[in-house]
Amino acid sequence: MNNEITIKIDGKAIKTKPGLNLVDVATEHEIFIPSLCYYKHIDPPLGTCRVCVCKINGNAMPACTRKTYDGMEVELNSEELLDTRKAIVEMMFAEGNHFCPACEKSGDCDMQHMGYEMGISHTRFPHLFKDRLIDFTPKRMLIEHNRCVKCRRCVEEVFSDSGERVFSFCNRGNETIVGIDYEQEATLSEEQAFAAMHLCPTGAILVKGKSFAHPFGDRRFDKTSAHKSEKSTSAAAPLPKDMSPKTKKIIATTSLAGCFGCHMSLLDVDLALLDIIKVVDFNKSPLTDIKEFTEQCDVGLIEGGCCNAENIEVLREFRKKCKLLVSVGECAIWGGVPAMRNTVPLEECLEEAYLNSMTTEPGENTVPYHEDLPKILDKVYPCHELVKIDHHIPGCPPTANHIWKAVSNLLWGDEFSVLYSEFKYD
Amino acid sequence: MNRTQTLDALWSFQRSHGYLTDLFVKECAKDLGISTVELEGVISFYHFFRRQSAGEFTIYINNSIVSECKGYRRIKSAFERETGATLGQVDPSGKFGLFETPCIGLSDQEPAALINFFPFTNLTTLKVKHIVAELKKGTPLHTLSDDVPDHLRYTPPIDKSICIREYHQGRAVLKLANLGDEGVIEQVKLASIKGMGGAYFPTGLKMEACRSIKAEMKYVVCNADEGEPGTFKDRVLMNKYPGLLLEGMIASGYAVGAREGIIYLRAEYYWMMEHLRATIQDFYKRGFLGKSVAGIIGFDFDIRVQLGAGSYVCGEETALLNSMEGKRGEPRTKQFYPTERGFLNQPTLINNVETLCAVGRVVELGAQHFLKTGTKNSPGTKLLSISGDCHLPGIYEIEWGTKISDILNKCQADDPYYIQISGPSGVCLSKSEFDRSISMEDVKCGGSFMIFNSKRDILSILQNFTAFFKHESCGVCTPCRAGNYIIERKLIRIANGLAYPADYEEIKRWGEIMRMTSRCGLGQAATNTLSMAIDKFPEFFAQKVDQNGAGLNMKFNMEQALQPYERFKD
Ligand SMILES: Cc1cc2nc3c(=O)[nH]c(=O)nc-3n(C[C@H](O)[C@H](O)[C@H](O)COP(=O)(O)O)c2cc1C
Ligand code: SF4
Ligand code: SF4
Ligand code: SF4
Ligand code: FES
Repeated sequence: MNNEITIKIDGKAIKTKPGLNLVDVATEHEIFIPSLCYYKHIDPPLGTCRVCVCKINGNAMPACTRKTYDGMEVELNSEELLDTRKAIVEMMFAEGNHFCPACEKSGDCDMQHMGYEMGISHTRFPHLFKDRLIDFTPKRMLIEHNRCVKCRRCVEEVFSDSGERVFSFCNRGNETIVGIDYEQEATLSEEQAFAAMHLCPTGAILVKGKSFAHPFGDRRFDKTSAHKSEKSTSAAAPLPKDMSPKTKKIIATTSLAGCFGCHMSLLDVDLALLDIIKVVDFNKSPLTDIKEFTEQCDVGLIEGGCCNAENIEVLREFRKKCKLLVSVGECAIWGGVPAMRNTVPLEECLEEAYLNSMTTEPGENTVPYHEDLPKILDKVYPCHELVKIDHHIPGCPPTANHIWKAVSNLLWGDEFSVLYSEFKYD
Repeated sequence: MNRTQTLDALWSFQRSHGYLTDLFVKECAKDLGISTVELEGVISFYHFFRRQSAGEFTIYINNSIVSECKGYRRIKSAFERETGATLGQVDPSGKFGLFETPCIGLSDQEPAALINFFPFTNLTTLKVKHIVAELKKGTPLHTLSDDVPDHLRYTPPIDKSICIREYHQGRAVLKLANLGDEGVIEQVKLASIKGMGGAYFPTGLKMEACRSIKAEMKYVVCNADEGEPGTFKDRVLMNKYPGLLLEGMIASGYAVGAREGIIYLRAEYYWMMEHLRATIQDFYKRGFLGKSVAGIIGFDFDIRVQLGAGSYVCGEETALLNSMEGKRGEPRTKQFYPTERGFLNQPTLINNVETLCAVGRVVELGAQHFLKTGTKNSPGTKLLSISGDCHLPGIYEIEWGTKISDILNKCQADDPYYIQISGPSGVCLSKSEFDRSISMEDVKCGGSFMIFNSKRDILSILQNFTAFFKHESCGVCTPCRAGNYIIERKLIRIANGLAYPADYEEIKRWGEIMRMTSRCGLGQAATNTLSMAIDKFPEFFAQKVDQNGAGLNMKFNMEQALQPYERFKD
């Protein structure tokens, strides 16, 4: 008997066999269904992350838990589904505390990879900044609860030689964490511990001293996209030639709670800067050292989020003076590295920095407070929570090309899109 | 030890020692042949299991919305004052532990609390003072606890009533032999009995599916988890007609070829356990359970009670199966129906208490009796648990098709303004909809019917619901685990006056994402009411936000954001 069947994905007929996993079948036919918790060897599939949701014969369900059958009709890339899947990954970023620039797994991380693949530039959800533990107690591993996405792979796959689970979900709801059994963990061999680290789709399970086994630049997702045919769209919009000083566009920039890295990155365009200043004037900006706005600007580039009252004042002024406002870099977009403090009460942060610090001079035991000093906010706020932001340019920092391409498209072109290779730069 | 005995073992230790000690957890895990962390995972899933002392007297105050309306805050302060314990903690002497828990199924007599799982109802500050003083004196707890009245308020005339009518033990069971197994299913289908647990799935079809699968062992499970806030009909049925429930289970077992029945009873109803067990014993004595039930050769059927341990999601059928298997009560992926692979992977028929009682009645009274009333798609009657702002909260057996306004009259609701049907997972109705009817054709109702008057703050109601879902999410899938948390934040912004009309659109879209992607009904339904309320109460929501829209500057509470830093001044 011929057991070939036909299924349809977005109208495209595919001949395959019945009872195969839909994600696998799609991959085999070079159709990309995003997935995160799905792991080939685990049966039944975990179905925890919900990143692979699509519509099967009209009903929304995760593709990874579905097996092929004759007449299966899969709706995959409708606008609604693309947005929904993106939202799920955004939720994971908003729920955990993911500081990629400081993460050992960056470039090797399935979740980060999905973020890039889906073109996430910012999360629509507020980051929750829940205080989570980093557990150094296990013998070989360390568990970074800030990064765990509760995919459950480790729970179902990692067993000690005596056949007992090393990991288990503990607690419930948003308090759920992956618990580790210290006794069982201690019995794992080096290879078993490694296997657990590689199994984890994020940087939540690390083997002490071995987390940088692959150097950056050499990691799984450093260069290649899972989309076999990378759809590249418009390159940078051409800069208009011969602009009279009157039609030149005007840009302002500022660095709030950032590290000036994004500004450094701006300068990385090198000689192209000479072309740019033919068509663009800079107004208030650290680049020009102009301290006060002297005219209305076309675009304001904001680096950094708001960590003190002055940041907010500056940001609000930019909003007044600029037609378009762009958050450049992670800190402006959601707080970034400075927001690491958001999981801890401000009092604790300041006491740790000023009172308990090893470098505190004897007798110098005050936290600075003076009317001339900007007042510090309870947490670091992303710019879009304070003013309307028209555009987000992600990256930590974004590359010079990426920034200028985005800006020139905003000024002279329309929608811009970025190549995977430009988007990815760890 | 068998894994299915896990919850029982944990309960038994906790009852005698107050909480689960490290040593016990270690040894219990060893007995079960699982790692300690796996057992910790199970324990920490259920909020009634304690890993630290919870006081000699553990008090759980109900924090559901009805309780909130009836004086939760007052009662909480009274308990704090009298016991010296703050909420969430044990008092310094270790005598009293004070905690809160979602709906305990006593919405008709709120505010209510459980003390060591004995019910205390209609609490007042004076009553709390008295209870605590007596406990301090050493008065035995059971002498202080309240009898829980059934509050049966309305039932149709005898020719139409189904559940709430006189019960005579054995009437259904003794008819089984004549009816035959297929006969039972036929009657159930004829009477169009549907799942009363909230999913309305045709019970006859489920029975047929279960019957059609060949297996060594099949199970009938009674879902007595009744966790949906505002419902208490199952409590009343089990209290008043435990025999009817057993007969329904026996009939179902007979129909599908099952040998064992299990009642999954929520821990909040522990106080009814003895009553149920005694009824079961009585059935054994009369030959209605055990070998050759009611003389039917070859039909052996046992029933036991499995106690839950505090988790709303365990009412979801596949979560309930996991819980009975001694695991975390996480819903399974929907690859198989329980009728294919259920308890211990065997075909399992899971039905709600009321559904099973209806099955008992259909065998006793015949399907024709059901067809005398109700509507085309929903013949028969439905039990409503009515609570909230009305003079006569309690159980109403209404004919399907009854108008909402009729019901409001019957229960004497003076100023009904906002009605929540089927609990937080259900739908809300505004005044303009009171001429609609409870039926499959119009407004479906799983049982909970909560009335709120025009003085109630709708946003607080919705915040209470969201807090409930956040607390009860099992945490296994992203959209529900993170989504409810995120929505909660959004509601806080609205409550603080920092939101804009666009926030309502976002809530609806985010809710839609949760509905589309969540694994089980909890996450899927969690934002239904919220989205609906925004549309149905436009005036209310309009006044909560700045109508001029966000503009270019968002509102920000600078004073609040600077508060922690200001504490460093001088
Ligand atoms: C989150 C959630 C909670 C539920 N809680 C209950 C419950 O407490 N009692 C109940 O009978 N059904 C509950 N259900 C419905 C059950 O999953 C299942 O549909 C029902 O037990 C089937 O019985 P029925 O067909 O007799 O209604 C719940 C469903 C969900 C998704
Ligand atoms: S695990 Fe690390 S690399 Fe992956 S998303 Fe989180 S912070 Fe980024
Ligand atoms: S630790 Fe890693 S593998 Fe385990 S659940 Fe978390 S993200 Fe998944
Ligand atoms: S929807 Fe919520 S309760 Fe249901 S499986 Fe997902 S996390 Fe668990
Ligand atoms: S990949 Fe399908 S649910 Fe996670």
